[in-house]
Amino acid sequence: MPAAILARLVLLEARRGGLPWLAAACIAAGAALAGFLSQVALTESRELQLAIVAAWLRACAVFLIAAHVATRTLREVDDKALELMLALPIARSSQYLGRLAGLAACGALLAAAFAAPLALLAPPGAAALWALSLACELALVAAAALFFAMTLVQPVPAIAATLGLYLLARSIAALQALSGGPLADASLAGQVGRGVVGAIAFLLPRLDQATRTDWLLYGAPAAPAYAGVIAGLLLYLALLVAAGLFDFERKNV
Amino acid sequence: MPAWILGLLAVSCAAQLLWHGTRPAPLGEAQALPPAPAHAGIEALRLASFGESAAAARLLMLYLQGFDLPGLDYVRLTGWLRAALALDPRTGYPLFAAARIFAEHPDPARSRAALDFIYQEFARDPDRRWPWLAHAALLAKHRLKDLPLALRYAAAIERQARSAEVPLWARQMQVFILEDMNELEAARIMLGGLLERGEIRDPNELRFLQQRLRELEERVK
Repeated sequence: MPAAILARLVLLEARRGGLPWLAAACIAAGAALAGFLSQVALTESRELQLAIVAAWLRACAVFLIAAHVATRTLREVDDKALELMLALPIARSSQYLGRLAGLAACGALLAAAFAAPLALLAPPGAAALWALSLACELALVAAAALFFAMTLVQPVPAIAATLGLYLLARSIAALQALSGGPLADASLAGQVGRGVVGAIAFLLPRLDQATRTDWLLYGAPAAPAYAGVIAGLLLYLALLVAAGLFDFERKNV
Repeated sequence: MPAWILGLLAVSCAAQLLWHGTRPAPLGEAQALPPAPAHAGIEALRLASFGESAAAARLLMLYLQGFDLPGLDYVRLTGWLRAALALDPRTGYPLFAAARIFAEHPDPARSRAALDFIYQEFARDPDRRWPWLAHAALLAKHRLKDLPLALRYAAAIERQARSAEVPLWARQMQVFILEDMNELEAARIMLGGLLERGEIRDPNELRFLQQRLRELEERVK
């Protein structure tokens, strides 16, 4: 099981690289933020703490995973460790999928760690659904970061491309609403603009529907809606994995 | 380590502390509330929050809390409160702030603007938003001395708040308004009723309302 060994090595590397400490620092900062917010809120203090801290932890988790995946992958390339691995009698697809499985496991552990403090303020069931959704979202971010790191082979462009894709996917629904509002420009240029935004939306996952703070505030979503969100994330994850495998298989080292 | 590097570190650190010490505190600056966003502006707020609309609505309320009440432009204020509700229609924070803070402004015109905002927004979700319109009815009667307005709000609660969760006294709000009782008695009954039914669970809100009740007692004495 070379892929499983690789996945275990990735997890070990994350532990030794200080990712748990960074996650603990994010949780501590979130707790401090919650303490501050409870002092300034006049009403709905629990909801205020939940909404802001959940948004903070979600952003931290995405940034940590994107930065970790991009930097560790490029370190492997720079240290020639990737060349060494490719010289081993292990299929490239196993190597790629093993790495990604380890990174997705890192994301799942991070999601569980970040959901634990939120479960103190929100219903545990809603927090568990939030954590599962965040784990899928982080697996998607890890796959995007791995793809961009292997393709762009520079840390800053790889992190920027990953976060750019993520933020665009989070805001594409708002962009579509903005472009199609009642006062939208009816000219040809306006129609072209709306068409372009719609076309971009086709190529992106609906991340605005995933890991919603509303679930923590107002209760878990209906099962079909939740299943639809998770299915959408997994579908896009499969697309990113396929694109990454395609690029990795034709890579010359 | 060369001594000049240590010296540079000490001097730059002291300069930063001195520089910060001479700057005016951010709270000391009186700022005017900027114009509230229109429909497209609300979508832009949603865009800027990257899908975290619930967090954006609550941050917006903390932002509005920071403005001094005297001299506040209530047209802009109610626009911002509407924006917060558009971002998260299930939050009660904007209506709470409108009823308990902004509607208690000594200027009747501003108070009416806040009450009107509550009345308009109540109609969108009466079963959830009736407590704030009930308080608005009390303010209309006792502060504005406008009994017809208070009765209009009371009638709206009776007519539109149909949920079984709405207590009897609220469903008979017109009788409650017409009762010959002073503001303090009415406020006590209302707060007691809300507490009894578990409508107020937030400790900060409870502390705030008890403080308001004490202020009212002082004023009535």
